[in-house]
Amino acid sequence: MAVVQEKASPQTSEGKASEEKASQDKTWHGIILQTLKRNDIRLVPYVPDRVLTTLIKNLHADPFFTTFPTAREEEAVGIVSGAWMGGLKGAVLMQTSGFATLANVLASLALPYQIPLVMFVSERGTLGEFNYGQSLVCRTMRPVLDSLAMEHHTATRLDEFEFIVDRSIKQAITTQAPVALILSPLLTGGKVFDK
Amino acid sequence: MTTHSTTPTRNTKVMNRFDLTSRLVARLKNEEAVIGGIGNTNFDLWAAGHRPQNFYMLGSMGLAFPIALGVALAQPKRRVFALEGDGSLLMQLGSLSTIATLAPSNLTMVVMDNGVYQITGAQPTPAASVSDIVAIAIGCGLSNSAWAADEEDFERLIDQSLSATGPTLIAVRIDDKPGVGTTRRDPVQIRERFMLGLGVRQPL
Repeated sequence: MAVVQEKASPQTSEGKASEEKASQDKTWHGIILQTLKRNDIRLVPYVPDRVLTTLIKNLHADPFFTTFPTAREEEAVGIVSGAWMGGLKGAVLMQTSGFATLANVLASLALPYQIPLVMFVSERGTLGEFNYGQSLVCRTMRPVLDSLAMEHHTATRLDEFEFIVDRSIKQAITTQAPVALILSPLLTGGKVFDK
Repeated sequence: MTTHSTTPTRNTKVMNRFDLTSRLVARLKNEEAVIGGIGNTNFDLWAAGHRPQNFYMLGSMGLAFPIALGVALAQPKRRVFALEGDGSLLMQLGSLSTIATLAPSNLTMVVMDNGVYQITGAQPTPAASVSDIVAIAIGCGLSNSAWAADEEDFERLIDQSLSATGPTLIAVRIDDKPGVGTTRRDPVQIRERFMLGLGVRQPL
């Protein structure tokens, strides 16, 4: 691959930057970053997750984004809800166990006030989980989403991912309804015991 | 209230939420945003005179400051006030660190501290007789935090916050009276009206 790239473009800084961008576009985290950008989503508070590390690092490195950690996931939901009402679009990053803390804020803020809350949830608790508590809390996630009749998708394939993310963001905004995008270990590799 | 505490909070005058909220609203001349926390805090904001730039929370206890932070980040030229109860703030103390880190200079936070969950039957909070909210806020990095000694001091601190270089937190001791009004529980209208008031939306 390196040989092909060398032939394709000389190692000018410009060529190198566009190559880096192209290779980032082909990763799940690169797709999220670029799709957020294309949809003018600038505010990205998060509670971190191992799987999200590269995405978080790249968001911090890109001046387009205002990204920062919050102490709790519902705090991040409050922040992006306020920002939406003030005209700034946002999305929240979290892991499965963090989503489990959100039932109250979804039912009392995002849904009744019709806030287009975009959530990326790195899925733990399945496909190789090593912590029983994580696998139990994971089982609460889809029943909570379904009981509130919330839009949600589980992304497992890179080739579908940009479509899912882009369309879901646009649908959230136009229908003024929250959406949860669950990042399966099939997409991200997940977190395994020996990591 | 109990009198055994030696924290400075007890040296401040015990004021009234509706009176303080009315004093704040009366000073608003520049379409400032005001976020009213769950329960009595937003009931008194409603009763102090409805404004299109007011946002009333009907749930999500503890999120008045995070919501206000979001508004402040979205509209850095607009002054944003957040009114929150002490019990609510205890649910989201971590947000004080987030706000201290982001340090928006256009955010003024007011904590209405009566030491009780008035709306559920006036049970004391776990912090009531032991914790000092201003000390907590300063410890979280919000160095511009103070107790208001009385109503005049409250108004002075509000005015001072308008030209502050970082976020301001003002704590006030209040009595255990319930809110004066009751917010109409229409979340979609509340949100839409607020967005119109902030100039984000145009009427249909």
